[in-house]
Amino acid sequence: MPTTLTTLETELRAKRDAGRKLLVPYVTGGLVGWTDAIRAAAAHGADCIEIGLPFSDPVMDGPIIQQASQRALDDGATPVSILEGVRTLDVGIPLVVMCYYNTVHHAGHERFAAQLVQAGISGAIIPDLPLEESALWCQAADDVGLSTIMLAAPTAPDERLPRVCARARGFVYSVGLLGVTGERSTLAATATELARRLKQVTDVPVIVGVGVSNSAQAVEACRVADGVVQGASVVRRLMEGGPDAVGEYVAEVRQALDTL
Amino acid sequence: MSIAEKSMMSDPSESGRFGEFGGRFVPETLVPACEELEASFRQAWADPSFRAELNQALKEYAGRPSMLTECYQLGSKLGIRLVLKREDLNHTGSHKINNVLGQVLLAKRMGKKRIVAETGAGQHGVAAATAAALMGLECKVYMGAVDVERQSLNVFRMKLLGAEVEAVHSGSRTLKDAVNEAMRDWVASVESTHYCLGSVMGPHPYPWMVREFHRVIGTEAREQCLERYGQDPDVVVACVGGGSNAIGIFSGFVDTKARLIGVEPAGGAAVGRGQPGVVHGMRSYLMQDEYGQVQEAHSISAGLDYPGVGPEHSYLASIGRAEYPTVTDTEVIAGFQLLAKTEGIIPALECAHALAWISREAPNMQGQTVLMNLSGRGDKDVAQMMDVLS
Repeated sequence: MPTTLTTLETELRAKRDAGRKLLVPYVTGGLVGWTDAIRAAAAHGADCIEIGLPFSDPVMDGPIIQQASQRALDDGATPVSILEGVRTLDVGIPLVVMCYYNTVHHAGHERFAAQLVQAGISGAIIPDLPLEESALWCQAADDVGLSTIMLAAPTAPDERLPRVCARARGFVYSVGLLGVTGERSTLAATATELARRLKQVTDVPVIVGVGVSNSAQAVEACRVADGVVQGASVVRRLMEGGPDAVGEYVAEVRQALDTL
Repeated sequence: MSIAEKSMMSDPSESGRFGEFGGRFVPETLVPACEELEASFRQAWADPSFRAELNQALKEYAGRPSMLTECYQLGSKLGIRLVLKREDLNHTGSHKINNVLGQVLLAKRMGKKRIVAETGAGQHGVAAATAAALMGLECKVYMGAVDVERQSLNVFRMKLLGAEVEAVHSGSRTLKDAVNEAMRDWVASVESTHYCLGSVMGPHPYPWMVREFHRVIGTEAREQCLERYGQDPDVVVACVGGGSNAIGIFSGFVDTKARLIGVEPAGGAAVGRGQPGVVHGMRSYLMQDEYGQVQEAHSISAGLDYPGVGPEHSYLASIGRAEYPTVTDTEVIAGFQLLAKTEGIIPALECAHALAWISREAPNMQGQTVLMNLSGRGDKDVAQMMDVLS
């Protein structure tokens, strides 16, 4: 555990410790209506928002987020244009980015970390940068107070989880199933199993993402976990119904989580 | 193994690096699978019974050793001694069978019931489907929708062999996107499935393991050259997409004085652009835009339509041991016809890249012995070339 907690982690821990389940909607940056969708999500009970920086080859994403990424790229979205958009947001909750590693690598670790901080971003999720490859980036992020949110997967043997958690800042992203992002009809058993294993080895907030598809599944996951990411379910609504549909959905999940 | 340890093409570092290239940039879900694969390969490769089983399959099923053919007509026309390593005569028509027999035997040893594979031109897909049929494994092949269109014969071949072929409609709908989709499948099926990657690319241990399975090309060719000509060739040439056939033949000559030439298509010159990037699990030279978005490669041959390159090629380029020139589609079409008309051998369009470079550079290689890896036969390209030439 780091000697001092990042601001993101301090804030999320405080909410968690006060008994609140953490709700983290995901919005693909550059998609039509994305900034309004973030405002709507923040206004309706999100605790943190994950902003996707679209990439040409998103190997951890299923059809919905692939489609959203492609649309954003076709509309000319770049990391720079999205971070400019982020600067215009004043939503009062922390924002983190989700991006593939080549975006970071291409910009350069220090430069990219500085760009994120300047835009008001609190953390980064890099799904194709596993623990063994993460040292250089993590150092650059630590140096500027940016949280690197590590992913933990159901395939990890027990000995690996404490090492992943030790390197996680902000929260641990507990991957809910074997597979890529997207909505599923039921919550995979792995979602709660892995969250339980993580809770046994870490005090860092444990947030389940990938395959948590509606408010009922969010509640089910949060019986064990500290919170949930809502990805494809949010992005689909943004593409189909615009920012208002995102706001309504986030409100519904918030209400469901608050019954716990 | 002892040769490999002393060679310029030795085993990668513990983190799977060749110099500053390679590594294991995969989703967390796949890390244990890559570790398991690495450990299993290490153990199998050191196990004489595994090597014996693979060697037997290479000999009795794939038809190894592949022969060496000297091109007397074309050679005298170009003023060089041109020698072909005939990987096109292997079962399934390309060098790809060397790798899939190794990987499928390994998959069985690891207790996997199913393999997934990506394919560009369909050569690796056909080889994977073949090996899966032979060993009784379920097989699913991902292929870009554009390639499904231009290589319909190979699609049918894979289906005949019992494989399921899925057309990939995302991105550029070619090899790069087929790799993405195969990786997505593997993320979801990793407990029962082995990803039978078709080139010297991807996360560690693939670039190393696939090279070792293709090392036989270079080892045989070196012995055959010494036996027939009493000397090593002056130049060793192969086409490069991901770079497996080139790595295979280079491995036999990297420690000789031979020039090593990997020919890339002008529209897919990953090394030529000289910009490192990270995609498909590896750090290597990569065609990308100013924000790191991976660019689409363009080549007349589906098998070379790839914006990256295997990390060991990036390493060999960075230390100046191998050269990576490019040729245009027009030169490739000419090379394709040249070998057919002068030697009675129809090469795969991929290999026609190597021929195109040789015929262009022959004036600068007068009297030299040039060894080319003819890594695949051109039957699969005949329909496409009929359209191009009519």
